[in-house]
Amino acid sequence: MTKVVERKPLSALERTYLPTLASGLKVTWKHFKKTVFEGKPATMEYPEERWVVPEGYRGAPYLVKDQEGHTKCVSCQLCEFVCPPKAIKITPPGPEGQVADRTNAEKMPQEFEINMLRCIFCGFCQEVCPEEAIFLQRDYSLTGESREEMIYNKEKLLKLGGVHGGIQKWKHKLEEAKEQEEFPVAKI
Amino acid sequence: MDSIKYLDPTTQFVLFSIVKILIAFVVVMTFVAYAVLVERKVSAWIQDRVGPNRATPFFAQYLPFIGPALVRLGIFQPMADGLKFLLKEDFTPAYVRKVYFWLAPAITVIPALMTIAVIPFGSTLGNPANPMVIADLNVGILYTFGIVSLGVYGIVLAGYASNSKYPFLGGIRSTAQMISYEIAMGMSVVAVFMVVGDLNLGQVVAYQQANVFHWMVFKQPLAFVIFLVAAFAETNRLPFDLPESESELVGGYHTEYSSMKFALFFLGEYAAMIAASAMMVTLFFGGWAYPWGGGEATGLLNGIGHILCFILKMGVLLVVFIWVRWMLPRFRYDQLMALGWSRFIPLALANILITAIWLACISR
Repeated sequence: MTKVVERKPLSALERTYLPTLASGLKVTWKHFKKTVFEGKPATMEYPEERWVVPEGYRGAPYLVKDQEGHTKCVSCQLCEFVCPPKAIKITPPGPEGQVADRTNAEKMPQEFEINMLRCIFCGFCQEVCPEEAIFLQRDYSLTGESREEMIYNKEKLLKLGGVHGGIQKWKHKLEEAKEQEEFPVAKI
Repeated sequence: MDSIKYLDPTTQFVLFSIVKILIAFVVVMTFVAYAVLVERKVSAWIQDRVGPNRATPFFAQYLPFIGPALVRLGIFQPMADGLKFLLKEDFTPAYVRKVYFWLAPAITVIPALMTIAVIPFGSTLGNPANPMVIADLNVGILYTFGIVSLGVYGIVLAGYASNSKYPFLGGIRSTAQMISYEIAMGMSVVAVFMVVGDLNLGQVVAYQQANVFHWMVFKQPLAFVIFLVAAFAETNRLPFDLPESESELVGGYHTEYSSMKFALFFLGEYAAMIAASAMMVTLFFGGWAYPWGGGEATGLLNGIGHILCFILKMGVLLVVFIWVRWMLPRFRYDQLMALGWSRFIPLALANILITAIWLACISR
């Protein structure tokens, strides 16, 4: 179906183009004034000013520590397996390697690398992690001067990830277990 | 300086002319560079942006307070831009007509710069025998029109030489634009010269210098409007940038150009804008004269004041050029020609007639 747009012939005044000129002047002046005199440009001066993204934003994935400052990752390599662009590379400790620095875990990775140039920020690693050790955090602009620099290692990832206080899997598991024990009695 | 007095008049004249040409050239080039900056800044402000504010040369950090302010204003941006154009690869596509391809940018720039020659940009610097105009021609305006219309050949030639469709369309449009506006422009100034009674641009300024009410813009407002619109068309500025129209013709006539050859077109456009502004200042805004009058300068200081006054007026007109770019959408091909042929030419003719009748009545 065609829609016919009615084109009214211009009035004599409109044909002088003066009303258009006046409205154009008005609009441009309004914006000029807003930017120059009120100092409110619509743009942001990027590297110095950045958007503050909301909580839960899916930015770069980083490793997190638990509330005692221990590594949560247990080197299960599920994230490495699920990662669609194969950005994650984990070096497990091996049978004779390092043991975990926390309770409720047997081992931790010897090396954990995420290639941020490959990462597509899909969040599968966060979803698949049984230990809640990796989270997509709020960093959205990662820059570097070389490809090597863009491969983040374990130390860097842990430092950037920080402590994820809100989610404490083993504490909750303990509470859940306690609840299970006294379940029928306590609820009634 | 005294030794100059012992030279014969011809040598003196040549010497002064060379100095004036050099200074005018350098000033115009600087103006072009900074007109581009002003264009970028004003455009940015109108579009709610900040504009170039990053170019920081090494010495900027040694200037306390003023250095960062200059960087914010993008004062150093034109230098970076110029350097970039010099260092870019100069690419000539294999399918172009080489000779014309190389010739076109030069033909665009040279006429724009040559127009500056007849414009009286100041009164004198104390010596009345040495007026501040490079060539004090008796037929200044005819020379200008002759030269300005050559500028279009550069664009047409670029369109033809590029041997590709968008530049070709740009070239065609440029031709149509030129023949529609050149006539109206020429006719609009006829009325001005009828009032002044002389074709010499120096005389036009002399006629207007008494005070602001003698400016031609108040005596011949219609001529000014026609000249202004025609100047927009001549310099390929929006709303008449049909030869370029980046949104439909990619880049129009300069699509195939890169590096310094592109920069020459760019330079030509801005030099033409400056020439058109200078022309308008001379013809309609009293040239170098202060708004409150006061004849030719007798001292050096006053002479420089006149030059600055001229530059200031020119700057205001340049901002008008830039501002209008964001006020109006681009005209269609046929609208442009209709405006030129069926509105402005009759209007200009009517203006000439009315002026003639008025002058005849006064002289009785």
